[in-house]
Amino acid sequence: MQAKLSAVALSIAAAFALSACGPKEEAPPPVAAPAAPAAKPEVVVKLGHVAPMTGPQAHLGKDNESGAVLAVEELNAQGLEIGGAKVKFQLVSEDDQADPKQGTIVAQKLVDEKVNGVVGHLNSGTTIPASKLYADAGLPQVSPSATNPKYTQQGFKTAFRVMANDVQQGKVLGEFAAKQGVKTVAIIDDRTAYGQGLADEFRKAAEGLGLKVVANEYTTDKATDFKAILTKIKSTKADLVFYGGMDAQGGPMVKQMKELGIKAKFLGGDGVCTPEFMKLGGPAADGQFCSLPGVPLEQLAKGPEFKTKFNTRFGYDIQLYAPNAYDAVMVIADAMKRADSVEPAKYLPEVGKTNLEGVTGKIEFDEFGDLKSGAISLYQYKGGTLSYVETLGGAPAPEAAPAPAEPAAAPAAPAAPAEAKK
Amino acid sequence: MKNLLSPRSTLGIVLIAAALIALPFVVGMAGQAWVRILNFAILYIFLALGLNIVVGFAGLLDLGYIAFYAVGAYTWALLASPHFGLHWPIWAILPVGALLACFFGVLLGSPTLKLRGDYLAIVTLGFGEIVRIFMNNLNAPINITNGPQGITLIDPVKFGDFSFATRSEFFGVTLTGPYKYYYLLVALAILIVIVNLRLQDSRIGRAWQAIREDEIAAKAVGINTRNVKLLAFAMGASFGGIAGGIFAAMQGFVSPESFSLIESIMVLAMVVLGGMGHIPGVILGAILLTFLPEMARYAVTPAQVALFGKVLIDPESLRMLLFGLALVLVMRFKPSGLWPSPERSRELAEKTAGVAK
Amino acid sequence: MDISLHQLLQQFPQQVVNGLVQGSIYALVALGYTMVYGIMGLINFAHGEVVMIGTLVAITVTGLLAAAGMPVGIAGLCGLVISILSCMAIGWSLERVAYRPLRGSPRLTPLITAIGMSIVLQNLAMILWGRNYMTFPPLLPKVNFEFAGAYFTLVQVVIVLLSALMMSGLVLLVYRTKLGMAMRATAQNPEVASLMGVNINRVISAAFVIGSALAAVAGVMVGSYYEVAHYQMGFVLGLKAFTAAVLGGIGNLVGAMVGGILLGLIEALGAGYIGYFTGDFLGSHYQDIFAFAVLIVVLMFKPSGLFGEKTGDRA
Repeated sequence: MQAKLSAVALSIAAAFALSACGPKEEAPPPVAAPAAPAAKPEVVVKLGHVAPMTGPQAHLGKDNESGAVLAVEELNAQGLEIGGAKVKFQLVSEDDQADPKQGTIVAQKLVDEKVNGVVGHLNSGTTIPASKLYADAGLPQVSPSATNPKYTQQGFKTAFRVMANDVQQGKVLGEFAAKQGVKTVAIIDDRTAYGQGLADEFRKAAEGLGLKVVANEYTTDKATDFKAILTKIKSTKADLVFYGGMDAQGGPMVKQMKELGIKAKFLGGDGVCTPEFMKLGGPAADGQFCSLPGVPLEQLAKGPEFKTKFNTRFGYDIQLYAPNAYDAVMVIADAMKRADSVEPAKYLPEVGKTNLEGVTGKIEFDEFGDLKSGAISLYQYKGGTLSYVETLGGAPAPEAAPAPAEPAAAPAAPAAPAEAKK
Repeated sequence: MKNLLSPRSTLGIVLIAAALIALPFVVGMAGQAWVRILNFAILYIFLALGLNIVVGFAGLLDLGYIAFYAVGAYTWALLASPHFGLHWPIWAILPVGALLACFFGVLLGSPTLKLRGDYLAIVTLGFGEIVRIFMNNLNAPINITNGPQGITLIDPVKFGDFSFATRSEFFGVTLTGPYKYYYLLVALAILIVIVNLRLQDSRIGRAWQAIREDEIAAKAVGINTRNVKLLAFAMGASFGGIAGGIFAAMQGFVSPESFSLIESIMVLAMVVLGGMGHIPGVILGAILLTFLPEMARYAVTPAQVALFGKVLIDPESLRMLLFGLALVLVMRFKPSGLWPSPERSRELAEKTAGVAK
Repeated sequence: MDISLHQLLQQFPQQVVNGLVQGSIYALVALGYTMVYGIMGLINFAHGEVVMIGTLVAITVTGLLAAAGMPVGIAGLCGLVISILSCMAIGWSLERVAYRPLRGSPRLTPLITAIGMSIVLQNLAMILWGRNYMTFPPLLPKVNFEFAGAYFTLVQVVIVLLSALMMSGLVLLVYRTKLGMAMRATAQNPEVASLMGVNINRVISAAFVIGSALAAVAGVMVGSYYEVAHYQMGFVLGLKAFTAAVLGGIGNLVGAMVGGILLGLIEALGAGYIGYFTGDFLGSHYQDIFAFAVLIVVLMFKPSGLFGEKTGDRA
């Protein structure tokens, strides 16, 4: 009941804002936020955030949420004015448990609550069914991390993502493998939408470039033992093991590769480009390669700032997609500013025209809502840190053409690459 | 059941009907998401009633029930989506889905006829996993299920031009998708409940009960236990198949992660918590177990703020923690479920407690 | 894939080692299931979670003591002991809270409480230890061996030996001690056993406590082998171990051991060779199916598992 009332009040407030006579009403304090004694007239802009907050991917969900929280706090500190009214952003965080069914329930909840935009979901499996609800409601949805190409190919005008999709990333990973002089590859995927999608695109790219795929093996996102498939791979004497999957499996996997005496290099996508991978892989992680969408921090002016800000604010390291979640919020806020409206219907066209220098690189959307420049950077684990190797694919590096700095979007960079001065 | 049309029953039916019609509007006042949750609750009623035939009536412990739900969902998804370019109408798909699920039910039932109790439990569990794993992997060499990527853009339920996914107006009342699905689901649910009630009191129902109580005795009095058991699996499975079809249409997307073991366990928990073998109890179990976790989602954070002044424990873990505790406590104090059948509670009262077997 | 026969033969010793170690882990956990089942005829679904808690307690204790300056070996030993003690306490209370009050109630009731306890323990662990994966300190020195083309480590050898040792110990306990006799009597007929002066409550508690101690040992071994731990690690492990116990004939200690090792070998050899034998139609993505398929086939011909006695009417 309360949610509905506040939603009604909010739309009234928004209507005032639109008619540019300034809001006369104070929106009721949001449900979850601490009561703030705000005296100034302001419009509350609710942004939905959805990610799994329970279950095996909960740590990534929390990470995304933290990225979004940071963005919202920064926006509020700036004291933005949109449509003549002071706006206050508020994050409505929901848990989809990485379950498609929960995904639609919480999506409906956000639609009901009349949020002004949605950041999420984390997984493609929940993002896709939820996107239909947002599309029906005309609500812009910016996913920080759903990489399944299908998400943006359904023909919904509201679906965007601020991360290279599996096709873009898989292709670049294939190119990179070929550039390394690798002749034979073994491919493992974890049979999730993410892992399988990435591995498939990698396979296509690698075969297209003349590499020989000598083994296709599979595991699950709950497995801890990979010795059986690794033993098989060892007998094929592959030069490189490609893994489409997450850090929780990738870390132990490289460890077990070492135990079995496998000399092949290991290459993975963003799912294994995390501090967690290094922690779980131990010394065996050294020398392995992985990729992250976007451009590394040393190429962006305020790079380390984001990491420092994140660490100071939350007291822990970025796991994976927090910078993307941060960017997703900024994309929405930026579109609102340009449209001079917080109304979804008004600012939606502006989202498609985004041209923003984000934490993860330049953000411009193609006609599907995918990143235009799907630039991917490759890294190598060296002595306990990720060191930058090169950036492939997409547009030229952003520093070449620095866009006029948007005050809202403080550019920063993915957390992981800490050093690398090449 | 006999004097169905006595004035009192008529009044009761009218009241229940009025309540069922009004329900989504009452629930909807708290937001449309609740109507969606209500719809899922009804889907779970289908599932719980289907499983109840196997577990409650026939006494066969089935931990892989969700496989039939998956079969139904994938049947709909494949026959009404751009994946194969097929767009069959509902009256063709639902029966196909039910029949296919039925076939899988027999497929599961036949090799496991000799097994009892926990052996049956693990084999059915394995069967459920096998179905899920196949769905997850049948994207190569021939792409049938599209693997872990799932199937998108599935057609909603449609009768001719009347689609259940869009908003439409009846007599000046605007109904959105979830509301329309609610009425469709309620209609189906009533049908399924009636079938179940009739089954329970039929010859077959008695035969199932006989097997549940004592299989050898049942055989001795001339019941063909093999066929009757297979029938239980088949009937139960077909309800799961129907539920799965509607689920696919409602979601517009299916992927294998929706059909994990946890779902089977949840449905079993609904049956047992509500009261095995007792139809009203099973319905209650399904409703409670769908709504409680959702309600806890709203209650946990404010409660913590009120008690400690801030959020101490992550609300989501606390929510599941409370859910687990509730399962334990209910079973502790109502071992035969919240609403057991009268006969069942009588039997229990007669039994002397304190014996392990 | 064109893997030659030579390559296939070459990987055989390694796959056997892989399967043996994985199987011994299953066996260690399966012993706990079978112990409780043999006496009470009850599937302790929460057993996998006890294993998980055992691992996490060991990590915390070892980490704290090592940080305080204790040598890792001794800290690990302390971790193991404290982990065993806490798991025993959990097992004991589990039985008191979730199972004892339900004796004599319908068969499925304790199954639901077990599932409930499983959810409770998992979320409790998530609140206490957080959601992130944790690294387990290597307790044993990293010694590598190579034999007939197979690589293995000291931890792996210890795991295999330990599970055999544990099983023999349990067999001795059940068949050579007074407690064991009481256990067997309770398993056969609790009413008669209690008439004969057996305190069945104590016997059942003992079974739970011993089973949980085994779970702790299994947890520590799993942790130090994979060097990874997580609050959800217990579920899949428990499921596999349960499958192993049923395969061997649930309630039978030797059966649990054999079932576990068989399951491990099926998984490893299956993943290694299925592609070759089916012309790549099936691959390692069906790894989890092999175990269940074998289980179904075995139960079709031997409905009580490989070593199981014919059970009474328990449905």
